[in-house]
Amino acid sequence: MTLSQTLIARAAQVRVSRAARSSKVSGAAMALIAVVLAALPFLVFSTVTDTLVNLFVLIALASMWNLLAGFGGLVSVGQQAYIGIGAYSVIALADQGVQPYLAVPLGALTCALFAVPTSWLAFRLRGDYFAVGTWVIAEVYRLLVVRIDGVGGGSGKGLSGMSGIDQTLRGALTYWIALALALATIGGCYLLLRGRVGLSLMAVRDEETAASSAGIDVTRAKRLVYLISAAGCGAAGGVITISSLSVNPDAIFSVQWSAYMIFIVVIGGIGYIEGPLLGALVFFALQQVLADYGSWYLVLLGAVGVAAALWLPGGLWGLVRDRTGLSLFPVGYHVREGGGDAASR
Amino acid sequence: MTEPLLRLTGITKSFGKVTVAGDLSLSVRAGEALGIVGPNGAGKSSLFGMISGDLRPDRGTVWFAGREITGAPPHARTRAGIGRTYQVPRPFSHLTVFENVLVCGHQGAGLKGRQAWAHAMDVLERTGLAPLANTPAGRLTLLQRKRLEMARALGTGPRLLLLDEVAGGLTEPEVHELVEVVGRLHAEGLGVVWIEHVVHALVSTVERMICLAGGDVVADGEPMHVLADRKVRELYLGAGPETGSGTSAPEEGA
Repeated sequence: MTLSQTLIARAAQVRVSRAARSSKVSGAAMALIAVVLAALPFLVFSTVTDTLVNLFVLIALASMWNLLAGFGGLVSVGQQAYIGIGAYSVIALADQGVQPYLAVPLGALTCALFAVPTSWLAFRLRGDYFAVGTWVIAEVYRLLVVRIDGVGGGSGKGLSGMSGIDQTLRGALTYWIALALALATIGGCYLLLRGRVGLSLMAVRDEETAASSAGIDVTRAKRLVYLISAAGCGAAGGVITISSLSVNPDAIFSVQWSAYMIFIVVIGGIGYIEGPLLGALVFFALQQVLADYGSWYLVLLGAVGVAAALWLPGGLWGLVRDRTGLSLFPVGYHVREGGGDAASR
Repeated sequence: MTEPLLRLTGITKSFGKVTVAGDLSLSVRAGEALGIVGPNGAGKSSLFGMISGDLRPDRGTVWFAGREITGAPPHARTRAGIGRTYQVPRPFSHLTVFENVLVCGHQGAGLKGRQAWAHAMDVLERTGLAPLANTPAGRLTLLQRKRLEMARALGTGPRLLLLDEVAGGLTEPEVHELVEVVGRLHAEGLGVVWIEHVVHALVSTVERMICLAGGDVVADGEPMHVLADRKVRELYLGAGPETGSGTSAPEEGA
């Protein structure tokens, strides 16, 4: 028998399941939460939904950084480059008469295009040098943008094309787009990691050298997550812009965004889809509770970050996962039959 | 004579002043089992690196299955049919044993869906890892990790298997188990190139042996003849291995 004939004969016996039983419950719960969140503009005051826009942006940014660093091993301190490019793309496209809400996905696309040549440069650097290099690249983009008078130079610019929309409707639309962005980044990460490409990304995460011996094109895998992450951060930059209705180069290209992303992923748990979600919730809660304490707020955030890095190497989600074996987004494979251990679950 | 499966011609490689390969040439026929011995620093692991693509030679060419692969990256060589193990196991710790092998089937052998699952299970059964299919690789013992190295290499669907000291650090019964697995694979027609300090493991499996020293082949032939060679015995400081007596070479470890 040839190899493929043998495999076809074997394929009938092997039973592999992709989802744990708990995931059906958690999937239903998450769908319910999404529906409730989508209905929120009809139920609560706009101050609540406006605040939640920030949470959704943080979830999206952290998910993208998690994909980049947790799966590609690319510890970037320069994703603000794409937040900025995404934001300025929305400003520039709106000036050209494009509806600002439609400009958000176009801004994401622009970022993916910018990321291609940027990756040629950044990927020549490794480890610490890559981190510093990405930061420098982000600064270079900022310096280039402030030299373009058409987008307001160093003082920034307001978003055009929004004046015709009723303020309440505008708030709700912005909220829904932010919610869609958060759901799309999480759902996108899940679908990506569930597939064949995802399994190879997890192999790259665990052991790069062995991954290349397994037949994985490691550089291609890294470039893929870099482009996706750039697009996601670009869309987040666009959402920030339609929410604040203006852009300031120093704020949008600030390294603070990277600090937020890293903090959220470190406390939440790197390398798992659930990590940035949980981390963003914790970070958002800390922000809300501690916002009145001035600079102590930053000191406390720093202390929490250091404590998580020292005592929780897997982050909060790693703790939950180890204790309960829970997985909200199961991407693994479970052999049920044909493997000689059909009894063990 | 047909084209050999693997052919190295005039390979030269140095790190600074240390020469790990000096104009080295070597051929391996399809289905042949070749053992490589030699003292530490003889250039054995560097030779593997140049075959698997982790290292690039300064001069010389590497051919596999009739195509030149001197400059090809490791993943391309894996897809072409060269599967390798690492001396110190490098598992994908957070993936299960099944997933470790599955990803090799996807990316190395180009399999999809149920065929890939079936292939992975087949490999796990051959390497005795099937009962551990759902265990995270990070929890495996040393013997299990060494088996997983082999399982992953087989998962890529190789025509040539490069084994880098798979018997090192194992107990005698464990070595015996591994030798049986390799012997079966070779009997099914798989080519094997095996670096090993545990010489008796090699002798019982390979039909040809070379001894490397100072980046060059000092002996090449039947295992018994190579081990009896005067130069080979001198390399082991005169305390040469008693051929076939079942003892290890004195250069243990590394």
